[in-house]
Amino acid sequence: MPAADLATISLRELNAALHRLAPDTADLHWRVINPRGEHAIAAGLTAPVTVEIDGHVGYYCAGMNQRARVVVHGSAGQGVAENMMSGEVRVEGDASQSAGASGCGGLLVIDGNAAARCGICMKGIDIVAKGSVGHLSAFMAQAGNLVVLGDAGDALGDSIYEAHLYVRGSVKSLGADCIAKPLRDQDKAELHRLLDAAGLGNQVDVGDFHRYGSARRLYHFHIDNVGSY
Amino acid sequence: MCGIVGLFIKDQRLEPELGALLAGMLGTLCDRGPDSAGFAVYGEAARGRIKFTLRAPQEFDFEALLRRLAGVASAPTIRDTHAVISVPVAKESEVRAELARTPDVDVVGSGRRMEIFKEVGRPDGVAARFALNKMSGTHGIGHTRMATESAVTTDGAHPFTTGPDQCLVHNGSLSNHNAVRRELARAGIRFATENDSEVAAGFMTWKMRQGASLQQALKASLAALDGFYTFVVGTESGFGVLRDPIACKPAVMAETEKFVAFGTEYRALVDLPGIAVAKVWEPEPAQAYFWERH
Repeated sequence: MPAADLATISLRELNAALHRLAPDTADLHWRVINPRGEHAIAAGLTAPVTVEIDGHVGYYCAGMNQRARVVVHGSAGQGVAENMMSGEVRVEGDASQSAGASGCGGLLVIDGNAAARCGICMKGIDIVAKGSVGHLSAFMAQAGNLVVLGDAGDALGDSIYEAHLYVRGSVKSLGADCIAKPLRDQDKAELHRLLDAAGLGNQVDVGDFHRYGSARRLYHFHIDNVGSY
Repeated sequence: MCGIVGLFIKDQRLEPELGALLAGMLGTLCDRGPDSAGFAVYGEAARGRIKFTLRAPQEFDFEALLRRLAGVASAPTIRDTHAVISVPVAKESEVRAELARTPDVDVVGSGRRMEIFKEVGRPDGVAARFALNKMSGTHGIGHTRMATESAVTTDGAHPFTTGPDQCLVHNGSLSNHNAVRRELARAGIRFATENDSEVAAGFMTWKMRQGASLQQALKASLAALDGFYTFVVGTESGFGVLRDPIACKPAVMAETEKFVAFGTEYRALVDLPGIAVAKVWEPEPAQAYFWERH
């Protein structure tokens, strides 16, 4: 297994080595030690490899990820897995602001809490936070799923489009145009799929979740508002 | 941008390392604020005496100033452009008057324990010029500046101090500082610059002068100050952290049995002893955190 010690090689050397990997590489499992909170560790990966990082990482870890599986044995700074296209990112500690921001696909699992703006502008990514998420999470969320096993902070789903939000605990407040919706069978099936993917299997009762989504009053043109334009 | 750091020692045995640890933290955050830097260190107090940190041009003759204060001030500890003198509390106003008559000398700060140093230049260089790595103390705060709200000058560098043993570093920008400055000036708080962050320091001083605790002063600033901010505040015995309700500016904290540390980025904390087993967390928005020495 290739190992990279960021106390002895530079971050650019590590990322360049990961970027050079061919789609059919035999180096399928990488380990990074001494990440020292560096930014953009394992960002921009395209090969279907697993990268395990021992320790806390800085900003934008695993950003723009495609196909790779990145595991952080620690906490992550701002924007972990931002703009992810596919693959999987798992943070075993907490995640700072804007986790999974603008993500188009793939799965982000946060074992701890996520801070403010988790899933901001998400466009198809699936995010499972085992703890709680901070204020303005799923702000302008367009597509994908945000599953929160703990609580959500203020203004959840503000100006939301068509992303699906599931929260098991309390929601401090809902943002503009975000409303509670009934949990239908198809939603429970979706939750099952997401929780299975996050490794939670049957540990959680999907019936405990509340569903939130768009009231669709904000992003459709309404004739009563014609004077505003 | 800007970077801020803070370190509050809980285990006395670590106090001699305070300066070295703080210097390392500041150095890491050079790239968040390469234009100027400053720091405050809370060191030894002497019974019945107050310390002044003075700043003067490079060639200034501090010894001559001391001769004018003969029999009142201690021998100065000179560090580059700054000098620390200690005077009996009873002579404080007399010394302030003499310093005010000395055109080349600015009083950077004063207090029983606080010493404060700041200059223009790369933060690692500024820390080296003042030999921060040799300083010991119970707590300290520091700042690396990328100027946005006022010019790159030594006066515009943080920490800002507006009261004895009180100082503040700020990451962010305030939008209502002019109005708050005018109100505080009417209440008798004196400001040396047009800088927004100095107003935040002045607000804390004003609240604490009215009898507020550090925690109460931090909470009160949530309602009074508008803008983006993460503050780290030092008092003679305490250390506090506050983020604005929107939490635009990054912040991370670490705590062990030996210390509490603050950094704008986790990178600033990676060389602290025992960081691998520290509790590391992001301070919540609009929540006042504070630690006091007992």
